[in-house]
Amino acid sequence: MQWETVVGLEIHAQLSTQSKIFSGAATAYGAAPNTQACNIDLGLPGVLPVLNKATVEKAVKFGLSIDAELAPRSVFARKNYFYPDLPKGYQISQFELPIVGPGHIDIVYDGDSKRVGITRAHLEEDAGKSLHEEFPNLTGIDLNRAGTPLLEIVSEPDMRSAKEAVAYAKAIHSLVRYLEICDGNMQEGSFRCDANVSIRPKGETKLGTRTEVKNVNSFRYLERAINYEVERQIDVIESGQKVTQETRLFDAAKNETRSMRSKEEATDYRYFPDPDLLPVDIDRAFIESVRAELPELPHEKQQRFVNEYSLSEYDANVLTSNPEMANYFEEVVTAAEQPKLAANWVMGELMAALNKENLEIADCPISAAHLGGLLQRISDNTISGKIAKEIFTMLWHHPQKTADDIIEAQGLKQVSDSGAIEAMIDDVMNANPKQLEQYRGGQDKLFGFFVGQVMKLSKGKANPQQVNELLKKKL
Amino acid sequence: MHTKTLTALSQGLHQGDFTSEALTAHYLERIKALDAELNSFITVTADEALEAARAADKLLAVGKGGPLTGVPIAHKDIFCTKGVKTSCGSKMLDNFIAPYDATLVTQLQAAGTVMLGKTNMDEFAMGSSNENSFYGPVKNPWDLKAVPGGSSGGSAAAVAAGLCPMATGTDTGGSIRQPAAFCGLTGLKPTYGRISRYGMVAFASSLDQAGPFTRTAEDAALVMNAMAGFDERDSTSSDVPVPDYTKTLHDDINGLRIGVPKEFLSDAEGLTPEVKAAVQAAIAVYEKLGAVIQEVSLPHTGSTVPAYYVIAPAECSSNLARFDGVRYGYRCENPKNLEDLYKRSRSEGFGDEVKRRILVGTYALSAGYYDAYYLKAQKLRRIVRDDFQAAFAEVDVIAGPTTPSVAFNIGEKTDDPLAMYLSDIYTVAVNLAGLPALSIPAGFVEGRPVGLQLIGNDFAEGKLLNVAHQYQQATDWHKRLPE
Repeated sequence: MQWETVVGLEIHAQLSTQSKIFSGAATAYGAAPNTQACNIDLGLPGVLPVLNKATVEKAVKFGLSIDAELAPRSVFARKNYFYPDLPKGYQISQFELPIVGPGHIDIVYDGDSKRVGITRAHLEEDAGKSLHEEFPNLTGIDLNRAGTPLLEIVSEPDMRSAKEAVAYAKAIHSLVRYLEICDGNMQEGSFRCDANVSIRPKGETKLGTRTEVKNVNSFRYLERAINYEVERQIDVIESGQKVTQETRLFDAAKNETRSMRSKEEATDYRYFPDPDLLPVDIDRAFIESVRAELPELPHEKQQRFVNEYSLSEYDANVLTSNPEMANYFEEVVTAAEQPKLAANWVMGELMAALNKENLEIADCPISAAHLGGLLQRISDNTISGKIAKEIFTMLWHHPQKTADDIIEAQGLKQVSDSGAIEAMIDDVMNANPKQLEQYRGGQDKLFGFFVGQVMKLSKGKANPQQVNELLKKKL
Repeated sequence: MHTKTLTALSQGLHQGDFTSEALTAHYLERIKALDAELNSFITVTADEALEAARAADKLLAVGKGGPLTGVPIAHKDIFCTKGVKTSCGSKMLDNFIAPYDATLVTQLQAAGTVMLGKTNMDEFAMGSSNENSFYGPVKNPWDLKAVPGGSSGGSAAAVAAGLCPMATGTDTGGSIRQPAAFCGLTGLKPTYGRISRYGMVAFASSLDQAGPFTRTAEDAALVMNAMAGFDERDSTSSDVPVPDYTKTLHDDINGLRIGVPKEFLSDAEGLTPEVKAAVQAAIAVYEKLGAVIQEVSLPHTGSTVPAYYVIAPAECSSNLARFDGVRYGYRCENPKNLEDLYKRSRSEGFGDEVKRRILVGTYALSAGYYDAYYLKAQKLRRIVRDDFQAAFAEVDVIAGPTTPSVAFNIGEKTDDPLAMYLSDIYTVAVNLAGLPALSIPAGFVEGRPVGLQLIGNDFAEGKLLNVAHQYQQATDWHKRLPE
């Protein structure tokens, strides 16, 4: 039977605020355990939550960017369950009335584009962390993360493959970073995905029983986890059994998902409106003030790159995948004035070098101005593309130097003086009388040999175009 | 000195008739002498009190300080007090030293009051008799066989017995007004949001409200000036400006429209004839003072107790989840695993009434029951508020009994929680509607005080205190003291 994959994602994006969602404690990552947990985060008797307005602003920003309905009134609710890293015995979240209602995002992958529905996005607080490894027979509790603001973004079950799901996750990742509402750091857990996965016979419109796969902390794992889960569900159904609705944990080391808890074991969260917090009322004026602050969004920037720089859709998509990359590219263009050349270099040489050393664009040793300077020397024929690649490597290792410094110091300037080139051609012709004879006897392919010899003699600096022209004349 | 009102003590301190140190020492002596029997205090902070008193005396000596400077008070043990045990009447928090002060504690400290200690209460403020305390029952100073009421029974008993001139309390369903009635005191439950809840251990967050116990309405006005106000740490606190409550005490009440809900005087709700007679006599006093008495109707009075006993337990089931033995408070010995830690810490740390309410509340919020219980109760709550608003379109204040009977005996209702709950019939509606109300002494039945309840519209504390003060100018029930 032909099976169709159905995926919906729940993404938790940690909102990049200075302080927590309901307390004044700092949110910085990596502090010593329990040093960023105040009385409120500890859930001491008598403490009360006060909503951090910055989180509302960020949620509204997100809502506007996905064309969503924004709730004029949203309500915080308590999700009740016991866990040692949940200090109050409940998580403050939003349930019936989330701040961001239905919206959508357009994703591009493998040349196709598709609209994915977003059911809702709501504000909630994160829990602390339980630490099992460091403490034999004990569990350590670190409440630094408790109360960190999260925006939970819930998609419709609109994705039909693991690849599509990853493309969607990447689009949301890119969006929240453009909006500067989340730093997107997946290693630190600032951006987490849970996948709801089900399968159904192709052509069927009813949804199959889904499983929720948790603990997926990279795009690569997301793809692997979904693919594994799809295969597993197909096996289950084709062997005559039924898929159980349950929560499954992805184990990256074993590359498998395994059952965490079934629906029967699922907690009844006993949601009810939190009486300690007032409903969140947002008016038109507030929404408009947030709208006025919206930056250029990924799809807008992509379109502009196509129009303004005459880039292909593909190139524009790659270059706008994250705001730092797009900014870098635009700075290179400003310095070099050659968008196509800049795109080729950023997507080619630069990305290859970054990938090789596993660096982000923010950590790139070559500044955009320096790369632009290099490209300028290519376009004004000071150096050849080949020399440029050598200089690029030198710039990478000597970030303080400019291309011009290196060209100057190493005498890499292209030789475009026809007299000098002619002299070199004469030398080569004199040194290779046999080849000259053969060429003149009709062996045209020896032309390349002469070009190579001249370039070698010039240590690569001779203007290749001129070498070609002059050689033709002289030979 | 302990027979004086807080207002008189304040004057005495400022005139130099006595020092705060002497006054404080006097109350500490009385606590020492009498409280072994009454059991109204859980913690007495004698050294800290004397130190604070001496600091107050320094201010008073140079003519500084406000009306509350140097005045000894006590806090219900539900308010967090930095460095001092805050037990909430529970074994669960018997070892809990709060690392911070409740806003109300800070406010009264800033006003110059001297804290004598923390008073006994029903565990987590759940109870109407103060018999649910881990620290044992409190006795009523008017009759040692009787309960002082609850949940703020320790505060009421302490003020009534002259162990302090004022004590704080909290009122979720009557926990200030009912003990005030049982102990012959003036007890005010302000409008929801009038006093900060920050640092007050939560029972039912949407109903909880702090307030004072004093001997007179005049005293209550004086302390309310320091207690009321907006707190940015409590999102539900109100930013409505706080008036000077002492300014309006003397306003003429000629022409004041007083509504008496017919449901409050019906015999159906267990109202005893003696209490009914005392309340009618009090209303007659108002009539003499020029007030216009009018019958009003609060048609859903009979449904308020059921609605309350769904909403309050529902919220408490969630509020008390934090007492899990993990970070602070009671932890069972040698837990086998996490589940065992939770189960035994909570089973051993909480008393029966608290467990009963957690169970009821958990049930009411459960999937499949939420609509039938919690949501329905919330709808009823809206209707109850609408009933009051309709009444306030016709009258300025509402008067009636605070409780159906005077204080009952210790042990009388402990085996019948339902009978205990039903005695809250006149008080819970006010919390459901978020309104201010107070109870003032209005007579005695066989030596036990009767309370008259006055209910006002939102933020009408000034009006209520004015109306209460006028009654106290015309009567002397509030001047009587227990032997």
